[in-house]
Amino acid sequence: MSALRAAYDRGTRTPRGTGAAAGGVRRAGVRAALMALPLLFFAAFFAYPVGAIVTRGLHQGGSWQFGRIADVAGDAGIRHVLWFTCWQAAASTGLTLLVALPGAYAFARLDFPGRRLLRAVVTVPFVLPTVVAGSAFLALLGRDGFTDSLFGVRLDTSVWAILIAHVFFNYAVVVRTVGGLWAQLDPAQEEAARMLGASRFAAWRRVTLPALGPSVAAAALMVFLFTFTSFGVIQVLGGPMYSTLEVEIYRQTAEVFDLPTAAVLTLLQFAAVAAILALHGWTVRRRESALRLVDPALTAHRPRGAAERTLLGAVLAVVGVLILLPLGVLVARSFDTPSGYGLAFYRALGSTDGGTFSVAPWQTVGNSLRFAAIATVIALAVGGLAAAALVRRAGRLVRGFDALLMLPLGTSAVTVGFGFLIALDKPPLDLRDSWLLVPLAQALVGTPFVVRVMLPVLRAVDERLREAAAVLGASPWRVWREVELPLVSRAVAIAAGFAFAVSLGEFGATVFIARPDDPTLPVAVARLLGRAGALNYGQAMALSTVLMVVCAASLLVLESLRTTGSGEL
Amino acid sequence: MTTRTTHTARATADAAEAADTALLRLDAATVRFGARTALDAVDLDVAEHEIVSVLGPSGSGKSTLLRAVAGLTALDDGRVLLGGADQRDVPAHRRGVGLMFQDHQLFPQRDVGGNVGFGPRMHKAPREQRQRRVAELLDLVGLPDAQTRAVATLSGGEQQRVALARALAPEPRLLMLDEPLGQLDRSLRERLVVELRQLFGRLGTTVLAVTHDQGEAFALADRVVLMREGRIAQSGTPLEVWQHPADEFVARFLGFDAIADAVVAGGTAVTDWGRLPVPAGTPDGPCRLLVRPTGVLLSAEGALRCEVIARTFRGGHVAVRLRPERGPLLEAECALRAAPREGATVGVDFDPEDVVVLPG
Repeated sequence: MSALRAAYDRGTRTPRGTGAAAGGVRRAGVRAALMALPLLFFAAFFAYPVGAIVTRGLHQGGSWQFGRIADVAGDAGIRHVLWFTCWQAAASTGLTLLVALPGAYAFARLDFPGRRLLRAVVTVPFVLPTVVAGSAFLALLGRDGFTDSLFGVRLDTSVWAILIAHVFFNYAVVVRTVGGLWAQLDPAQEEAARMLGASRFAAWRRVTLPALGPSVAAAALMVFLFTFTSFGVIQVLGGPMYSTLEVEIYRQTAEVFDLPTAAVLTLLQFAAVAAILALHGWTVRRRESALRLVDPALTAHRPRGAAERTLLGAVLAVVGVLILLPLGVLVARSFDTPSGYGLAFYRALGSTDGGTFSVAPWQTVGNSLRFAAIATVIALAVGGLAAAALVRRAGRLVRGFDALLMLPLGTSAVTVGFGFLIALDKPPLDLRDSWLLVPLAQALVGTPFVVRVMLPVLRAVDERLREAAAVLGASPWRVWREVELPLVSRAVAIAAGFAFAVSLGEFGATVFIARPDDPTLPVAVARLLGRAGALNYGQAMALSTVLMVVCAASLLVLESLRTTGSGEL
Repeated sequence: MTTRTTHTARATADAAEAADTALLRLDAATVRFGARTALDAVDLDVAEHEIVSVLGPSGSGKSTLLRAVAGLTALDDGRVLLGGADQRDVPAHRRGVGLMFQDHQLFPQRDVGGNVGFGPRMHKAPREQRQRRVAELLDLVGLPDAQTRAVATLSGGEQQRVALARALAPEPRLLMLDEPLGQLDRSLRERLVVELRQLFGRLGTTVLAVTHDQGEAFALADRVVLMREGRIAQSGTPLEVWQHPADEFVARFLGFDAIADAVVAGGTAVTDWGRLPVPAGTPDGPCRLLVRPTGVLLSAEGALRCEVIARTFRGGHVAVRLRPERGPLLEAECALRAAPREGATVGVDFDPEDVVVLPG
């Protein structure tokens, strides 16, 4: 089969008969048709706005101002931001791996009561809006927070708050990416090594670790990417002291109005992200090397011996302190009104008395749900078509397309949001006053998730199953509907859930383009946090709790669907 | 329904006429994968109701042949004709041929009935007719109560039967089988191959089957086609191929390894083994000579002295490997009780009936 594919890749160069050439052309045609909508979508809503904002910044007075790049790069303040961005990302990644790898093992290999529920719970932070996570840590570590009132320790302006929040956020990335593979590694491989005289540790180090290596690298790069472009967490917890590139882009764009600097920073971030993604793609391809995979249900066992029980205890303690506690404190604070525990903050969400909004904060829940639903539909259409095109894997061109789809994940959401504002306000694309802007921006972030979830499942469908259906008389369309769709329907549901949760939590781009009278939930939380007063703060906590519950609910539905397959995220 | 033997007789006795009415014809069919030629200008005719087995080592192009006929692999050159019509632009789902895959490829999300009924549904058969057909076919393959069973609960042999029923359900004009019994254990395979032949005979199905197992091919087919490196090395009835291998490759593929250089002159051949009688009418000159195990006769006074180096029990007889004083190794067939022990020295004579001069 691979020889066959290779032949198709070389189709244009190898002299071939007309029949085969016609088949090749037809396939290429189908692929082009599948790729058309995603490409158009990305051209119009990603490349065009980002290009427009870069042009706006660097093309002034009729000529390109490339000198600005050197100016900005030479600026001491900017260099400081760059340095901080890099080292906090590296430190966050290291810390996340350290904390989450034992967790990956425990969730993959140890069987304990409540494992499935807990695995869903640790994933909640990942889809939680950064603003909510930030406010959870503010409630935990900040002024009058949990640690402040208990130990008199405040961490909210220290870099530790940022690092811990990043671990909180990305714990699930490592547990899912590494643990997903770990659960499927055949234990017989390690047993074989032990029968050949290797100790338990030696067997793990020589057999399991090399097999896990690429997936650890892929997870690490993903965490690095997310923390490198961190925005909401730093915005809430960083204070004036700490700023990442992404925060700086926001500051230069929205507060200082220095577009040229913002454009240079955007390009810088773009280059860094492209490099990280290229590295990520390379490690993921290496991960596809032939491993013996088995049903994850068969590899888990009850904890045996003191060592494994200690490990499990430590993992559960970490999950408790790092993930359950912040979420719990957030919930607690939302009920902790000046007049004792009660629903006052929730009640306040229903009125416009606070003056922060022209609508009741409660209505933002409806807005968010509506926008996220539309964004999910768009992301499913665009991502589904892209995945269908990518599954017929082929040459470099398609791999480039694959990487392009990932780019919005790492591109400054602020840039995208602001780019939407300045690029989509005149014909042919005049969406300035359209409510559609918000779901479009959210779909841009959701699409990579859809592709990542769908692609491995689509690739796992045996080509000969399609052929078997064709030989029985099914046209290509029927093959898709009768054979492929039933097999991937679960993946479609999972992809939809991810896209929905991510859209729900999108903040960086939405904050620019949401209309003042129509804010989304995370935007409302940020606005409430930005105002003084216990009522505003309490309302922010209450609203965050609502958002968390909605995210967690959609995730728990996903977890019940997700029985097999590790996915790529 | 007429019996298999009449069809066979007609199909093979008059090859020229059969060619005119060929259900399937390959005309210089060529498939290249990059620099490798998987199918090299293959000509092949399959007459209606004929069962043809394609036999060859792995990588000889047999599976590519099936895929090309099914329309799953495009030809680089040549033509595939079904019922006289060129299939160049006909996609797989409109060719009306059935293909049973090596590992069955049953649809995991459908039950047995759903799998068997898939083809008729694609051909827009009405519901009652479809149900009748599914029941009929499951009856035929001996799984009458399996309709609602999940595919995952089937044993290997049952899966094979369901795959067969599924392939037969849309009534393909040509049924192709890719290593139909490949993954089953030996005793099941031997039973099923007989059942398959009887079934196809009863239904009058035209069959093109691919296998690497000669026993399977010979038991199933009216005609055997041997492939080597994308070309047809020999085509004939099982008996013809067995008795007269076309060349050394075919002979060795069939398991005959006692082959030596020879020079024929006046009814005898001079070889390293000594003088061997050859069948009457063999032309004079140098050639390659094959001695079948049944033609190697052990006797105390045989002219060629050999050492017994191995004995293998083969059910009713013992295969004895011999190292002659000169020339390549020989194999002989002995009755169980008469077999000499390992290390013994025996004499050998040759039976001209089992000495075969290989053409080329």
